[in-house]
Amino acid sequence: MKKVLSKDFWVDQDIEQLIGELLRYGVITASIVVFFGGAFYLYQHGGTGVPAYRVFVGEGASYTTFKGIINGAMGLNAKDVIQLGVLVLIATPIMRIAFSLVAFIMERDKLYVFITLIVLCVMLFSIFGGLKV
Amino acid sequence: MTTLTFCLILLAGAYLAGLVGSLTGLGGGVVVIPLLTLVFHVDIRYAIGAALLASIATSSGAASAYVKEGITNIRLGMFLEIATTIGAVLGALIAVYTPTNTIAMLFGGILIFSAAMTLRKKNQEALTEGSKLSYLLKLNSSYPTKNGEVAYKLKNVGAGFSMMTIAGIVSGLLGIGSGALKVLAMDTAMHIPFKVSTTTSNFMIGVTAAASAVVYLQRGYMDPGIAFPVILGVLGGAFTGSKLLIRMDPKVLRIIFCLAITFVAVEMMYNGYNHKF
Repeated sequence: MKKVLSKDFWVDQDIEQLIGELLRYGVITASIVVFFGGAFYLYQHGGTGVPAYRVFVGEGASYTTFKGIINGAMGLNAKDVIQLGVLVLIATPIMRIAFSLVAFIMERDKLYVFITLIVLCVMLFSIFGGLKV
Repeated sequence: MTTLTFCLILLAGAYLAGLVGSLTGLGGGVVVIPLLTLVFHVDIRYAIGAALLASIATSSGAASAYVKEGITNIRLGMFLEIATTIGAVLGALIAVYTPTNTIAMLFGGILIFSAAMTLRKKNQEALTEGSKLSYLLKLNSSYPTKNGEVAYKLKNVGAGFSMMTIAGIVSGLLGIGSGALKVLAMDTAMHIPFKVSTTTSNFMIGVTAAASAVVYLQRGYMDPGIAFPVILGVLGGAFTGSKLLIRMDPKVLRIIFCLAITFVAVEMMYNGYNHKF
């Protein structure tokens, strides 16, 4: 019972609710964007033959870079709208780490601020580290 | 086949993959890879890209519910994510130098192991005495059950952390959530109650998959034409699965699906051995 009466417990509870909401809305937003991009893509390309997925060629810069995807999505390129949804989906767990960081700062939990920062740094290294080879 | 037919069939297939993944507890991503490679003859690299997205979608969707119920141990998840994200980045780097046939065979092996893991006996015991490190890192916690809050403590933090690094490497290399390996680390090494280890593993899958997903996105593994039916289909299937699980305990179904998946895994290994990827 002692734990339930402490302030930290309730702070933790609120954060848990918030993280839960964030994850849910992230996935919902991503699905909606992907759905509209997909519908538009089928409207434009539905009648043509399937691309040769058997052979790996990889995607061009317009579908693999932040700038390319944003520019394409602004110009309502269907495939880029889908990729924008993909970006939102991948960003959801990364946002969750950022949320946790704020939560641990509010709780003044130095150890976990440090731990969360390490995870965030690994993420940033993965994004900007030029690992695509 | 037109793009429209391809997308609709893939949507239906991904829905089934999400449903099976949810009912067996294997996760949506793991079933997507054999679906795309064996049924649709898609290159395994595109399949890995799509599977990572499916893993992020299903894990985030499910995690939102578990986190709210207070079952997930967020501190433990955060701490172990150091290991899984570093592992995932390493895995994505190793993937460049690994032939696709080797990846297919490894995948088959992990799939069989995962199927066996879902059928094993589960750890329900809560430890009353934890190791020094577990206190130092504030990893001991409690979780709600039918009979009220149950406190648990954990041990072998170092061993669990090392196993998580391996889980991360496998996840980054094969493009799956590798939930089975995560649960194994928390269950057998750290002695965490089953309910906490499965939900915390699920909580970590999204971040682990995202760590390698950003690398694979930049490498051009994520094709929009495949991503969109896979994401929507798997999410729909996982959602249906979670609703079904509330009403029934699919013990028999789980065994049937796990057997079926073992056959699929053997085919992946066989094809990989014969250099068909």
